Amino acid sequence: MNKTVNQKAWFFVIPVFVLVAFNAIIPLMTVVNYAFQETFGNNVFMWEGTRWFKQIMLSERFHASLGRQFLFTFIILFIQIPLGIAIALTMPKEGIGVPVCLVLMSMPLLIPWNVVGAMWNIFALPDIGFLGHSLNALGFDYNFTQQIGDAWFTTILMDVWHWTSLVVLLSYAGLRSIQPAYYQAAEIDGASRWAIFTKIELPKMKKVLTIAILLRFMDSFMIYTEPFVLTGGGPGNATAFLSIDLVKMALGQFDLGPAAAMSLIYFFIVLLVCWVFYTLMMRNEEKS
Amino acid sequence: MSLELKNVEKKIGLDTHIYSTNLKLEKNTINILLGSTLAGKTTLMQIMAGLDKPTSGEIWFNNENVTGMKVQKRNVSMVYQQFINYPNFTVYDNIASPLKITGVSSDETKQRVGKVAELLKLSGMLNKKPNELSGGQQQRTALARALVKDSDLILLDEPLANLDFKLREELREELPKLFENRDCIVVYATTEPSEALLLGGNTATLQEGKIIQYGKTLDTYNKPNSLVSAQVFSDPPMNIAKIKKTGDQCSFLQNDIQWKTKLNIKDGEYKVGIRPHNITTYKDGNNTLEIKGKVLISEISGSESLIHFTNGNLNWVSLSNGVFQKNVGDEMNLYMNTDEFVYFDQNERLVSNG
Repeated sequence: MNKTVNQKAWFFVIPVFVLVAFNAIIPLMTVVNYAFQETFGNNVFMWEGTRWFKQIMLSERFHASLGRQFLFTFIILFIQIPLGIAIALTMPKEGIGVPVCLVLMSMPLLIPWNVVGAMWNIFALPDIGFLGHSLNALGFDYNFTQQIGDAWFTTILMDVWHWTSLVVLLSYAGLRSIQPAYYQAAEIDGASRWAIFTKIELPKMKKVLTIAILLRFMDSFMIYTEPFVLTGGGPGNATAFLSIDLVKMALGQFDLGPAAAMSLIYFFIVLLVCWVFYTLMMRNEEKS
Repeated sequence: MSLELKNVEKKIGLDTHIYSTNLKLEKNTINILLGSTLAGKTTLMQIMAGLDKPTSGEIWFNNENVTGMKVQKRNVSMVYQQFINYPNFTVYDNIASPLKITGVSSDETKQRVGKVAELLKLSGMLNKKPNELSGGQQQRTALARALVKDSDLILLDEPLANLDFKLREELREELPKLFENRDCIVVYATTEPSEALLLGGNTATLQEGKIIQYGKTLDTYNKPNSLVSAQVFSDPPMNIAKIKKTGDQCSFLQNDIQWKTKLNIKDGEYKVGIRPHNITTYKDGNNTLEIKGKVLISEISGSESLIHFTNGNLNWVSLSNGVFQKNVGDEMNLYMNTDEFVYFDQNERLVSNG
């Protein structure tokens, strides 16, 4: 078959190129540009090579915020994934309860992020907030603006409240897609509830759980707005996660070079972790 | 050994899914539940297995009332239309799973799994996982799981429906062999009359939650007790026409075609059922009664040809051996075998086989 040559087809492709260029390539290249140069006013630049990268990689400040970031992400994944699955398992499978539960579950997901931060800030204030006041009335010495442990506790609680629903909804969708015949077959075999969970439900949910973990990893690793509004990264630097630290460096101190280098390193870490995780999960998928 | 349903009825809300049913299945038999989708085959099987409770009525097994007894306590196995296997287990572990739970020794498990795997041609893939297998092999694994257990009751719910044509033919031929020399009752649900004929045994025709007829498969096929039963057990659908009988002369109400009948029934109007393969495009053996037709559709199915044609204001289907195509609108002669006509009265009950 002869292919017809029609250069007009480019007109269909060009808008996409322009769009991608403006929303992805150009901003990213600007950052790359900053990362390798010292920036002065009046668009004066000086080549610095990999200096900023070395500086960031060796900086204790970066190590600390990266450590905090990983700790935070692991804690929330560790809570949200099992909790999400557990809630999905207890949700009704038919009747009026289904839409009621789904709507209630999706509510936290619909609230803008800065509103979530502000809500929890007020909710947790030790003197007038419901949570903070109640905890203190119960005899706990709770003050998230001054005590590191309390700040972490509140941030994690807020994130669990905000995002567990996503895991619930994904797990629920995964569970609903399991054909009833599987449960019947297990019943005929006399399998226990636990065996049904580990031998049928978990393997069948593997794909949606992979997506859930990936989404939650990326979102929590890039978390900014909520802790910024809730704690502002404090007390001290206790909840200054990577993005908060980055913004401080870029806009607070105006260290554009190191900040640009840090953004790129940050970006590659997210990319790398996602790639490794996804490849591992999917390799097992092909094997099994 | 026998399984008996006594006045079993199943209602969900106001809907009746199974109307009061009496059925007795004997040991060492294959029993086919034949009916279209939603006829109640699956519901009936689930009640037999104890996966579902009847609204009223009783289930007796070996002269013991097992109504409401949990399925784990009954020695039952089931194969589904979907290929149901444990996704993370190997084929071996899948087949062995019912034995492990009942605590069979590992030596015996190995031996029994090996035997069943050989029977189902799975020996070479015992270490694979279900999603590495073809659909046919996955269903063989599910069949092996059902057979390894030496159940008293094996239920197969349209096990071949999700397989492609070739695999279905292949497995279908092996099925009767699998159930030979087994001390159990097999119940097999299908929508396809040809499957029932191939498996033999007994057949129950079902429609809209009612068992229309139950008996030896060939008897049910040859002597349908009613028009409904005949229609359920005919694929392509049976041709139905109104006729008039006077003396030993019969004729269609639609046209003036006449034939003689030996039927000893009183004169009047009847309905006649004619299976498509009893109308052919060529004169053949007893196919001698001529009818003129105008071709509506001509299609080829395997090595047979289906001609849909009109005569008067009736649509007919004929099924002939051989592969050929007719042009739409062609006028042609077709030939019917009057010996195979099935006569029904005005209430659509069988009168006799002419």
